[in-house]
Amino acid sequence: MSTRDEIFNRVAAQIEPFNKKKAALGDATSFAKDLEWDSLTVMDFVAAIEDEFDIIITMNMQAEIETVGQLVDAVAKLQG
Amino acid sequence: MTDLLSKFDPLIAEREALLDTGVRDPFGIVMDQVLSPTEAIIKGKKTILLGTYNYMGMTFDPDVVAAGKRALDEFGSGTTGSRVLNGTYQGHRECEEALKEFYGMDHAIVFSTGYQANLGMISTLAGKGEYIILDADSHASIYDGCWLGNAEIVRFRHNSVEDLDKRLGRLPAEPGKLVVLEGVYSMFGDIAPLPEMVAVAKKHGAMILCDEAHGMGFFGPNGRGVYEELGCENDIDFVVGTFSKSVGTVGGFCVSNHPKFEVLRLVCRPYVFTASLPPSVVATAAASIRKLMYAGEKRAHLWKNSRRLHQGLRDLGFTLGTETAQSAIIALMLPDMETTVRMWQALLELGLYVNMARPPATPAGTFLLRCSLCAEHSDDQVGEILGMFEQAGRAVGCIGR
Repeated sequence: MSTRDEIFNRVAAQIEPFNKKKAALGDATSFAKDLEWDSLTVMDFVAAIEDEFDIIITMNMQAEIETVGQLVDAVAKLQG
Repeated sequence: MTDLLSKFDPLIAEREALLDTGVRDPFGIVMDQVLSPTEAIIKGKKTILLGTYNYMGMTFDPDVVAAGKRALDEFGSGTTGSRVLNGTYQGHRECEEALKEFYGMDHAIVFSTGYQANLGMISTLAGKGEYIILDADSHASIYDGCWLGNAEIVRFRHNSVEDLDKRLGRLPAEPGKLVVLEGVYSMFGDIAPLPEMVAVAKKHGAMILCDEAHGMGFFGPNGRGVYEELGCENDIDFVVGTFSKSVGTVGGFCVSNHPKFEVLRLVCRPYVFTASLPPSVVATAAASIRKLMYAGEKRAHLWKNSRRLHQGLRDLGFTLGTETAQSAIIALMLPDMETTVRMWQALLELGLYVNMARPPATPAGTFLLRCSLCAEHSDDQVGEILGMFEQAGRAVGCIGR
C-alpha cells in the first residue's frame, strides 16, 4: 500500500464517526456537498485529523480544502 | 442577472416559517421607553431587563449622565474625525487616563467599539508568517480580527489547556505567536482556566491577549477582570475590553505595559480609519470607569444576584450552561428552536426580557436563553424573575408541573 493510500485510509477512519449520511468516500467526496457538514462538525473533524497525524491544519489552509482528496494531499505535504 | 441576496433565501424562509406560527420576532424587539438599567416599556408592557450586559447598572448613574451632558454642551455632538487627525479631544485622553488608573497599566488605547478593539489589536499584532492561536468558542470580533490580518490561524478546543499545549507544540519555534483568550465566554457564561493557559502559552514563547468584555467591573479586587481574580496580572500582555457592558456606554479599548504599545496608534487600521467616539460618550465612559474603581458593594450584590438566580433556576429543574454561577451570565439550554422561541415569548409576555441565541452563534449547535444580571436588580426583582421562569417553564413544558 502506498503512503497516499495509507493516509487516505486513516483519514477515512476519522471521517467515519462524523459520516451520518453513510456517504461513499473517494478523492472527489466534498465535505460540504456530499457529507453535508456544518462548520461545527468541520471544526471537530479537523481537530481529530490534527491529533491523528500530529500536524496543524491552519484555518487559512482549511479554506482551500473542499474534498477528501485535497485533505489527503494536504496531510501528506504537512507530514513532509 | 443573479440576485446577490438569493443566497439568503433559506434563512428568509426559516424566519418566515417561524413568524407564521404567530410568535414575536426575537431579533426585532424595540424598547419604547427605558426606565432604568433594569426596566423598560416594550409594546406598552413594563418589562424587567435580564439580557442587557449592563452588569454594573451605570447607564443611569447621575454622575455619569451629568458628565455626558456637560461634554455635549462644551464639545459638541461629535468629533467628525479620526483619532490620529482631528478626532482626539481632551476627553479621549482623560478616558485613556482613567483606563490606565483602573488597570494600573502604562498604556491605554480607546477604539470606537469593542468589536473594533479586537479587530484592530488582533489583525495588527500578528502579521504574515506569524500565528494566532484562538479558542474555538471565541467571539465573532476575534475571528473577524483574524480574517482582517494576514497571520496563520490555529484553533484549539474550547477551554482545553491540553489542546492548546499540543497545538502550540506543533508550531515552528521561531515565528511570533499570539494566544487569544477570553476571561468569560459569553454564550454559556463559563470562565477560562487562565493560570494554566498562561503557563502553557509562556512555555511555548507566545504573547497573550485576553478579552475581558464580560469580566470588567466585577471580577477581581479592583474589578479588572477574570485575569485579576485568578492572579494572572503580570502575565497578560494585552487586555481588551469594552465600554458597552459594565461601563454602560459604547466604545472599546486595549491596555498594556508593553513599552512599544503607542506605535499601534499609527498602524492599527480600525483605530486610524474611523471616526473617534463623540465627546459625550468618552466623558460618560471616563466618569463610569472612575466610579467602578470603588464599586465594591455593587459587585457584591451582582454576585449575590447571579448565584441566587443560578440556584433558583436549577431548583426549578432547568438545564444550565454551567454547574455553578461562574459569571453574571446564566444560560438555559433548551432542546430546539421551537421550544426556545415559545419559552422566550412566554417570558416576554409575563414581563421579562432575556436574550435568545441559536446556532451558528452558539457552540455545539445548542439553543439558549441567556440571562445577564445587573447589580441594580433588587432582591425583589430576582424573586419576580424566578417566578416568571417557573410560570413560563410550566406553560411551555420545559420543566415538570
